[in-house]
Amino acid sequence: MREITYRQALNEALAEELERDPNVFLMGEEVAEYHGAYKVSQGLLERFGPKRIIDTPISENGFAGLGVGAAMAGLRPIIEFMTWSFSLVAFDQVVNNAPNMFMMSGGQFNIPITFRGPNGPAHQLAATHSHATENFYASVPGLKVCTPATPRDAKGLLKTAIRDDNPVLVLEAELLYSSKGMVEPPDEELLIPLGQAEVKREGSDVSIICYAQTVSLAIAVAAQLEEEDISAEIVDLRSIKPLDEQAIFNSVAKTHRAVIVEQDRPFCGVGAEVCYRIQQYIFDELDAPIMRVSQEDVPMPYNEKLEKFVLPNADKLMSAVKKVCYA
Amino acid sequence: MQRPEQRDEVEMLAMMLLIRRFEERASQQYQAQKIGGFCHLYIGQEAVVVGAVAAVRDDDYIITAYRDHGHALARGTSANACMAELFGKATGCTRGLGGSMHFFDKKNHMYGGHAIVGAHVPLAAGLAFASKYREEDRVTLCFFGDGAINQGSFHEALNLIALYELPVILICENNLFAMGTSVKRSTSLKQIIDRAEGYDIPGDIVDGMNFREVRDKIAEVAASIRKDPHPAFLEVRTYRYRGHSMSDPASYRTKEELEKYRLDDPIIRLRAQLTREGKLTNEQFDALDKKAKQTVLESVKFAEQSPELPIEDVYKYAYFNGEKK
Repeated sequence: MREITYRQALNEALAEELERDPNVFLMGEEVAEYHGAYKVSQGLLERFGPKRIIDTPISENGFAGLGVGAAMAGLRPIIEFMTWSFSLVAFDQVVNNAPNMFMMSGGQFNIPITFRGPNGPAHQLAATHSHATENFYASVPGLKVCTPATPRDAKGLLKTAIRDDNPVLVLEAELLYSSKGMVEPPDEELLIPLGQAEVKREGSDVSIICYAQTVSLAIAVAAQLEEEDISAEIVDLRSIKPLDEQAIFNSVAKTHRAVIVEQDRPFCGVGAEVCYRIQQYIFDELDAPIMRVSQEDVPMPYNEKLEKFVLPNADKLMSAVKKVCYA
Repeated sequence: MQRPEQRDEVEMLAMMLLIRRFEERASQQYQAQKIGGFCHLYIGQEAVVVGAVAAVRDDDYIITAYRDHGHALARGTSANACMAELFGKATGCTRGLGGSMHFFDKKNHMYGGHAIVGAHVPLAAGLAFASKYREEDRVTLCFFGDGAINQGSFHEALNLIALYELPVILICENNLFAMGTSVKRSTSLKQIIDRAEGYDIPGDIVDGMNFREVRDKIAEVAASIRKDPHPAFLEVRTYRYRGHSMSDPASYRTKEELEKYRLDDPIIRLRAQLTREGKLTNEQFDALDKKAKQTVLESVKFAEQSPELPIEDVYKYAYFNGEKK
């Protein structure tokens, strides 16, 4: 194991899969000559050439659809959105074409495509650039959605996504690109299955269910809770769809209390689905009503203080945990 | 593989007849409520797809919008599989899962059947991108209607196609109406072909009621593309005799206009050309027509007698698990 950044981990995943399979190519805005808006594709143009690392005009609907068509013809495109907020102008291709093709064609055309890029609020980007899109996309049958929180998960999930024979959305996070973590050395193949959560911290009093940017938040809050003699278990979903409900049930059956901290909005958010499944299948295990911490139900403001208030934060998570623990 | 120039014109006429008779029967079965959903008929436009398919190789990609029955038939999908699809049966060309607007036939390189207007033009860019990526000399034929040319996806795709010099023939089947809105009321240009100029794509206008003109033009363009990948745009002027879909009485146009086009019918025209040249007798034509009607009648029987997919199979088509259906 060695310590690398989330950005480097993604870069390694891309390079390894481009190396392994000549049908894989990377396409998106600024991915080639500019090395990626967030430098995720640094060095790839030099290594793999302009045939496989392809700059596009600002034309998300066009190049997302081009990717779907290339996948129909047997290639394995990786389509980068500079941010998932921009995927909204390609919504038709991501929602209508990629995931429907297999059913619509009676099983003749599967679409082995990876859509990836940073998702969720970053820092003061205001309403149009701060969308957390996981709940929109996870609601679409035919799509798979993963949300890596650590460099190791970023590498392992992206590699798995590229090899998957279905459309997979890899929702990265701008604020995580420079974060560091331990990852297996490059000569050790790292594949993390989709639909497998990971307990990031063991605990006995409460389960904090989180993903993506909320994982580091949960880890920080768990350390504070420790000082108050509350032992929090942290379950990182890693994939939103398929959802590892068994891992959630195992943890909640142990702690009997659950708080879901999600980076999306409260109405029809990911936490609503998790909540539903807990009460449906392990209702008797619960010692307290489940709490959810999410964004406030407003478009994202630019002002720093207001943005902080709208986002899930440590204070909100602390008070939710205390509430379910009756502390 | 049969080379395009060898394709027999009498056989192509027979295909146009099959499409016409298929659509007439589909219309009747729709009215008898054997067919659900939306149903858009291709009657009047047969020379466009038959001419195009006659001009290219069997392994060239074709992709189209929702008025797609003719495209599948022309590509070699059986009338049985097409009719069974309309009936929603497991023997249909997409097992009853896609319906009228989503015909697919991978074996015959028919890549759909796409029902969001303009949304398949980027897919065509992707098919052509894949051919170029693999250094194949395949051509992609992308059919769309005059209604598609004002969609963002169309414009984005044309820019990408031109920018990456992709081997696509963009075939605008201009039947003058996007649903009930005439081109005059939907498009700021005097003529559709000018859209191509905006993207530096070479373009031409083709008489879509004339099988030979469509075939020859597309053959010429395809040959040029195979030598050196590039896009081309053809505005093929045609006319649909029926409404936009089965529910449309087409009251936005006059009887006189319809009659004018009917006199220029693509089937009558090719028949006359062949008869004049001594390649087809009246008896032979009647026999072709009778055979087309018979094939279609049998397809209805086949569709009626075919099973539906078992309900539990619905879960097998959400995600691909490594086992092609």
